Amino acid sequence: MAGIPHDHYEPKSGFEKWLHSRLPIAALAYDTIMIPTPKNLNWMWIWGIILTFCLALQIVTGVILVMHYTPHVDLAFASVEHIMRNVNGGHMIRYLHANGASLFFFAVYLHIFRGLYYGSYKAPREITWIIGMLIYLMMMGTAFMGYVLPWGQMSFWGATVITGLFGAIPFIGEPIQTWLLGGPAVDNATLNRFFSLHYLLPFVIAALVAVHIWAFHTTGNNNPTGVEVRRGSKEEAQKDTLPFWPYFVIKDLFALAVVLLVFFAIVGFMPNYLGHPDNYIEANPLATPAHIVPEWYFLPFYAILRAFTADVWVVMFASWITGGIVDAKFFGVLAMFGAIAVMALAPWLDTSRVRSGRYRPMFKWWFGLLVIDFVVLMWAGAMPAEGIYAMISLIGSAYWFAYFLVILPLLGVIEKPLPMPATIEDDFNAHYGKHGTPAE
Amino acid sequence: MLKKLAISAVAALALSGGAALAAGASGHVEDVDFSFEGPFGKFDQNQLQRGLKVYTEVCSACHGLKYVPLRTLADPGGPGFTEDQVRAYAADNFSVYDPEIDDDRAARPADHFPANNGVGAPDLSLVAKSRAGFHGPYGTGMNQLFKGMGGPEYIYSLLTGYTGEEKEEAGTVFYGNTAFPGGWISMGPPLADEQVEFDDGHDNSLHHMSQDVAAFLMWAAEPKMMARKQAGFVAVLFLVLLTSLLYLTNKRLWAPVKKGAKAA
Repeated sequence: MAGIPHDHYEPKSGFEKWLHSRLPIAALAYDTIMIPTPKNLNWMWIWGIILTFCLALQIVTGVILVMHYTPHVDLAFASVEHIMRNVNGGHMIRYLHANGASLFFFAVYLHIFRGLYYGSYKAPREITWIIGMLIYLMMMGTAFMGYVLPWGQMSFWGATVITGLFGAIPFIGEPIQTWLLGGPAVDNATLNRFFSLHYLLPFVIAALVAVHIWAFHTTGNNNPTGVEVRRGSKEEAQKDTLPFWPYFVIKDLFALAVVLLVFFAIVGFMPNYLGHPDNYIEANPLATPAHIVPEWYFLPFYAILRAFTADVWVVMFASWITGGIVDAKFFGVLAMFGAIAVMALAPWLDTSRVRSGRYRPMFKWWFGLLVIDFVVLMWAGAMPAEGIYAMISLIGSAYWFAYFLVILPLLGVIEKPLPMPATIEDDFNAHYGKHGTPAE
Repeated sequence: MLKKLAISAVAALALSGGAALAAGASGHVEDVDFSFEGPFGKFDQNQLQRGLKVYTEVCSACHGLKYVPLRTLADPGGPGFTEDQVRAYAADNFSVYDPEIDDDRAARPADHFPANNGVGAPDLSLVAKSRAGFHGPYGTGMNQLFKGMGGPEYIYSLLTGYTGEEKEEAGTVFYGNTAFPGGWISMGPPLADEQVEFDDGHDNSLHHMSQDVAAFLMWAAEPKMMARKQAGFVAVLFLVLLTSLLYLTNKRLWAPVKKGAKAA
């Protein structure tokens, strides 16, 4: 598919021509920033900029924190207190970094659900979606390892529980767990390798973000109608689009300022609200906390992990058919990773030819239920895994899989989509104009 | 857009619930109105000084404050000692082991409050942040949103929550306490009415002294709270201005485009 036709960079001065023939970097910057962007993008298209900002914020604050942090089991906790008490501005840097992780995940969940509703994962944007899922996985790994670094009680026991998941893999699980930890249990070797990887992965994420942007700059942005930009000529394309600069840069900066307003209020006035008090107790391998709870952004998948206990029939069936190799613990691990895998496979599981959920009357309801399901799973993940909560987790997990594996494939066949606007221009005029034909 | 904002707000509240759910069988914690609560709350300098006195005369017998440097007693936003007062306080109350002279010497402002592991009592440097007095309801975190995490409230409730009952288990005496998770604590009632005399004759009932020491321990755990809130306030003010300017810029930038749509 050819890109959207638009004006390209023309070197004018002698220096520009000299540079352009050697390194066309100005052309790259120009084409990136001036990309024709569908003019009907709504406010759910701001999260990409927020996420880019989050990555930069985490890297900058993280690099400063590393200057004062000591990755050693005897010194890590004290070095964090040193940052909080003795380093100039250290308390702000650390709270920005800790709460920055929460903002990062808050934004990424809205970004992902935006993509799921408007069908941004569908052809020709599958690669963008897959790269995005890889970024999300890396974010989870980075956040998990970062949470271990302060070496508090939740750091230690969270690391113990999560690395224990790998021990659930049949036959090769225990050697893998020992290899990951660098020893039989979470200890100094674990802290050191987590520190190293926590520093490395954000740069891998940054590279993947570049590929993510490259991919959707090739296909063009999706938009709320899911209707493609007309590409017949530059004039035609200009009716559907506006250049990214200045129209969307300014719009996104406004959105970023609103989000940061809330973010700085949280950092300034209640920086420990999203954290767990137990992590202000230094790690103690001899004292297990009453409840080991991950950070809020892991809770939906934590709920799925715990939902499949040995008394659930699918688990019993899996255990029977594999001769006991797949036990409840391993099943839970498979379910947790599977929950992300089915999301990554959405481009091929969704059979509907209509991209945007706006024109899919049945899909809308099932999607709404998925959002509720996600929030309920998050809540259930924070509750003790017993009684009614275990049942709620199980139902929530079942719906998560049903949505991707059953509902998305079926809807494409049985659903009768609503009429769509012929062009993005029509949609935009219908929204802002007097005489446009309403799209819905 | 409003609808989306509302959805985001609800989602944010729902998301924040998880972390708020802490230990299960927790005791009863009373909500105390501390002067340092809320975005504009400040530490009461006199209260911090009284709390320090209670800590020094009572708590420090068993509990350390190993992460707190003595010099920070003179830092802005804290108990507000002068440097001379810190020097005198350190020398009068604590001695530390100095490896250079291979002997104990009087503490100096550059030293930390001593650690104290004698009877296995926990260090109190971060106790006000490592306990959550309030939970839920139902893991939603709403209570903590409105009342705060409740660390100082927990300390207050613990100190005033002794029931007077005792029991002995495996040679250890446990004391009944309404705030301690499980209801039985191995620390005897540490503080009683009129145990500490204040120079200014301030009320030294158990109720008041418990609040004072809870406030002091909050400062010990979060000595930069005042600076943090001030930075937050400046940031919010600045962002309100920036948001307004960007809103107007965006509106003006898009006006011709939207007008074009009207004409179409």
